[in-house]
Amino acid sequence: MTTFVLMTITGMGLAALYFLVASGLSLIFGLMHVLNFAHAAFLTLGGYTAWLVAGASGSFLLGIVVGMLVAAALGAATETGLLRRMHGDHVPQVLLTVGLLLAFTALVRAIFGSDARPMPTPAWMNQVIRVLDAPIPNSRFVLIAAAIAVWVVMTIFLTRTRYGLIVRAGVENRPMVTALGIDVRRAFTLVFALGAGLAALAGSLVAAVQGAVSPEQGMTLLIFAFIVVIIGGLGSFHGSALAALLVGLLQEYTNFYAMVGMGDLVVVLLLAGVLLTRPQGLLGRRLV
Amino acid sequence: MSDQLLEVSDLNVVLGESHVLHDVTFGVRSGGVTALLGRNGVGKTTTMRGLLGLAPRTGTVRLAGEDVSTLLTHEIVKRGVGFVPEDREVFAGLTVQENLKLAERRGSAHHYDRVYELFPRLRERRGQRAGTLSGGEQQMLALARGLLNDNRLLLVDEPSQGLAPYLVTEFTEVLAQVTDLVTVLLVEQNLTVVRRLARDAVVLDQGRVAWTGAAADLLSDEQVTRGLLGVGVAAANQEGTS
Amino acid sequence: MTSVEAATRAQEEPSSAVAGTGGPERRPVRRWVIAGVLVALAVALPYIPLRIPVLFDGPVNGPGALHLLSLMFVMAAIAMTYDLLFGYTGLLSFGHHLYVAIGMYTTVVVLGETDYGLGAALLAVLVLGLVVPLLLGSICLRVSGIAFAMVTLAFAQAGAIFVVRDPFRITGGELGLAIAYQKLPERLVGVFNAPYRYWLALALLVLVVVAVRWALSSRPGRVWPAIRDNEPRVAVLGLRPYTFKLQVFVLSSFLATLAGAVYAVVVGGAYAEVTHATFVLALLVMVVLGGTGRPYGALVGGLVYTYLVHRLGALSSAVQDLPAAVRAPLMEPLLILGTLFVLLVLFLPGGLVSLFRRPGPNVRDRLRRALRRKDAE
Repeated sequence: MTTFVLMTITGMGLAALYFLVASGLSLIFGLMHVLNFAHAAFLTLGGYTAWLVAGASGSFLLGIVVGMLVAAALGAATETGLLRRMHGDHVPQVLLTVGLLLAFTALVRAIFGSDARPMPTPAWMNQVIRVLDAPIPNSRFVLIAAAIAVWVVMTIFLTRTRYGLIVRAGVENRPMVTALGIDVRRAFTLVFALGAGLAALAGSLVAAVQGAVSPEQGMTLLIFAFIVVIIGGLGSFHGSALAALLVGLLQEYTNFYAMVGMGDLVVVLLLAGVLLTRPQGLLGRRLV
Repeated sequence: MSDQLLEVSDLNVVLGESHVLHDVTFGVRSGGVTALLGRNGVGKTTTMRGLLGLAPRTGTVRLAGEDVSTLLTHEIVKRGVGFVPEDREVFAGLTVQENLKLAERRGSAHHYDRVYELFPRLRERRGQRAGTLSGGEQQMLALARGLLNDNRLLLVDEPSQGLAPYLVTEFTEVLAQVTDLVTVLLVEQNLTVVRRLARDAVVLDQGRVAWTGAAADLLSDEQVTRGLLGVGVAAANQEGTS
Repeated sequence: MTSVEAATRAQEEPSSAVAGTGGPERRPVRRWVIAGVLVALAVALPYIPLRIPVLFDGPVNGPGALHLLSLMFVMAAIAMTYDLLFGYTGLLSFGHHLYVAIGMYTTVVVLGETDYGLGAALLAVLVLGLVVPLLLGSICLRVSGIAFAMVTLAFAQAGAIFVVRDPFRITGGELGLAIAYQKLPERLVGVFNAPYRYWLALALLVLVVVAVRWALSSRPGRVWPAIRDNEPRVAVLGLRPYTFKLQVFVLSSFLATLAGAVYAVVVGGAYAEVTHATFVLALLVMVVLGGTGRPYGALVGGLVYTYLVHRLGALSSAVQDLPAAVRAPLMEPLLILGTLFVLLVLFLPGGLVSLFRRPGPNVRDRLRRALRRKDAE
């Protein structure tokens, strides 16, 4: 029972990370049809910025916030300065984000080296709380709380604001949104910046949980986030939340109860199963 | 030519490997309804989409004298163009109210009273997701989006398609009412509707303009209607009286 | 827009099936002569004690240069197999590195873990190189576009996890596995036998070039670009796109598996880097760098990319007295290649090859492009 509780909460922590990365990816894909590899770069950027700022100022929270802001600004710049030039050609856009990811990762390596750098995580994050006898590090709760907060804020954004409406409508039928006199490109920029900010949040939290930042941190998480996006349904915000929970828990349980590494394989099989039986994903409308 | 609200000249559209529109040239007079007619697949919908920049196009489109042919879709729409597309294209995941809210344009009054008066059903259903509405209700919503703002021109693409006859009549009357407020370019296959509404007519054939003139002249010309629309006047008249 | 259309638009060029009529097929004799001379030169290279300062350390027939050239040949071969999928058929796969890894690990594991020799290892490579792509391809190709990209990536990721976690204690995990040298023919082992490994890599490259050219001129090979350009039309013509896509998927993966086996011999082992997604991204860069779906684009891209990855660091240190702030980024070739790639995608979508060969687009394409540009403004 104790281990089950531990596994469940750890799995939910993992799910929280997946959700933070996947929700942005999913909205970006849904709206702009761009499979955004650069998302991993924003994630790494968030981790390193948090590491730098936290190291200099001593405040981990400040590090997270600065990381998110920097990433959001860079995300907006990427969309307006580069992606927009491709005029909606999807494959070149994907290629562009691949190039950005490769160049950015190499840049980080050139500046900070290839090795992982220790992250000055606040001590309280590693302290343990007992839940039903299971020792749970506080960092897991931080992950879960961050994800829930983001979910609430994003839900309010999507349902209560005009830009939220534009995003939801744009995922469904982009040309019709423009035919209502709306410059949908502004929503692109917004979603790109938002997604980058969330990726940076995930990046700094990963760094805190793992106690280190490294140049390739982004890519590893990105692949699972892609899987979550597909399982949840491209463009579906709630779908990515559901899929993140499913994948996080499944991965954690299988890794523990079956064999280490098996959980990751099971997730891949789940993806294949979903694609073959329900290609639009759990909550997706249709696949592009 | 001064009363021309919309002037289209040499509009060409190529979609993929097919050249859909060839040098399409016509005008829409201010006030009243201009019908855009032709058999299936001659490029009527493509003309609409080309005007709005929703399909890649070359040529000139002037709206009230201003060249809008290089503008993006939303910029054209902001100049006072409403679009009611062929298959309604309401946002299925949004509620009726959200669909209307999205259509609100800055710099224009939002005539909810007008819209709800014309379509009381929409007021009843305003909290419902548009995807769960019936076809007729979706068409009301699509039309309502076009009437919500102050528009100079309303592009309406086959509003009668797939609707029950009594609904067709209802929509025709609604359109007849709004022609006082806005100029309409109407794509329509149903000649009864055309007869009721249209002042002018433009007929397309295989991506080219084949006939322009007064709608009444067109409908009284057996040869033209049979040749270009595939319907005899007799049939059309019969349809009109039934 | 479907991904196939998108891929077509990405080309910015008419399909090779169209361009081919006026392009490379025009003077076959001259083409064969040039190819023959180039191959003969490459074969004779280990006997030519030429020194090219800056470009290579030491003579071009020294072990260092030959090793680099071997790597370049292998990567160029792999890039060509990838272009068959992406450039010619419009299938954006993010899982192609899985087959290279299968070839590499099968070779090394069979030699290291069993009593069988190189022949058996090669047989295993051939069998797995057919069976695995047939199986995975038949699953992955049930979806298309971005979903296809994702599902291929996921399967490759499963392979990466298998290699790194190493549940059966055979792959050596993150560290990788050295090849069992004692089981290789003597000629392929040791620094002094670099020429033999070079010839092996060259043979692979020639084999892949011939196989790809042959496949593209075959009947199904003429359907592949049509699928890329307009899949629904192929279906309307009564052909089943799925079958053709599976053919090209299996062929390209099979050749990649074969290249993986040669790669193992050239680098003397199997290493987990091959299973990382970064590897397939590098393939993508090579193909786009050279020019997708063009006769020798991927070949050129693979050669140039691999050369730069290995030599940029050394090249930059050849320039004396660079400040550290400039040198540090230069030591990260991917920074330069990634940036170059971004610039290429933005400004030269036809790749390097398009700098030298500009097939005149026919009138329809020109009109389409003019319209598109107009639309974009």
